[in-house]
Amino acid sequence: MRVAFFGSVLIAGALFGFGLSYSTMIKPEVVLSFLRFDDFGLLWVLGSASLTTMLTYQFLPRLLRKPLFDKSFREHAAALDRNTLVGAAIFGIGWGISGVCPGPALAGLGAGNWPMLFSLVGIFAGAYVQGRMMKA
Amino acid sequence: MFEFDLLFPLGITHYLIGGLFIGFAVSFLFATTGLVGGMSTFFTSTWSFVSRWEFFNREAFVASRNWRIAYAVGLAVGALIWMLTVGDAFVTTISWWQLTLGGFVAGFGARLSNGCTSGHGICGIASFQLPSLLAVLIFLGTAMITAQLMQKFGGLS
Repeated sequence: MRVAFFGSVLIAGALFGFGLSYSTMIKPEVVLSFLRFDDFGLLWVLGSASLTTMLTYQFLPRLLRKPLFDKSFREHAAALDRNTLVGAAIFGIGWGISGVCPGPALAGLGAGNWPMLFSLVGIFAGAYVQGRMMKA
Repeated sequence: MFEFDLLFPLGITHYLIGGLFIGFAVSFLFATTGLVGGMSTFFTSTWSFVSRWEFFNREAFVASRNWRIAYAVGLAVGALIWMLTVGDAFVTTISWWQLTLGGFVAGFGARLSNGCTSGHGICGIASFQLPSLLAVLIFLGTAMITAQLMQKFGGLS
């Protein structure tokens, strides 16, 4: 069960990384060309990924009582509060500075784009400072 | 006539197919493990291995830190498979300080917001979460403004 669970996570991650690469979202230049209104292709990536996921989230729990290798389907509820909205605004500024967000930073490194190490160091550091500002 | 080529000068096929792969990936994760897979939490939960700070050692982070590492490794492996099969090697020309600074600000913001382009963007929209939808609209807005200001005043790539 543990092997199947972690193996599935690994395969899901690999599919995700392959998709990010195939869609060229691992290239910061492409993301910046979207943010500068030169090429709106990113919307097709977000749209097709969200729609596929939406169908799964809606219908799968009606077909299966539980996931194949664990006890229950999870939910990740987002809170409508100040942190969610202010954090999103700050995240966007960082995304706009470099054209890199967390997923493509990890995938990009796997595809040999070594300067993503700078991004990953930055993201880890940003997450650390955020965590240190939070009380337990 | 609607200027489709002007909006999508490189075509849309690779965007569409890549997005379907991503959607299938998140669907596969949900079907097999029931997990909702955003990426940014990995950058907080991994700190629990080395930091004693209480926040990093919250139950939610400690309980999920192992699978989040597997997910992150999977991402890199999938991209490597892409490069070795249909893809091409490339190295970005964005400067190191832009990558570091952008990463820091994006990392801080995503963790404060508890989600990034995958968590709020794909998973949040897909589960009809109003906070996530608002977060997406906000970060798309601030990212567009930032990127265009950088281009205008910084003259940066």
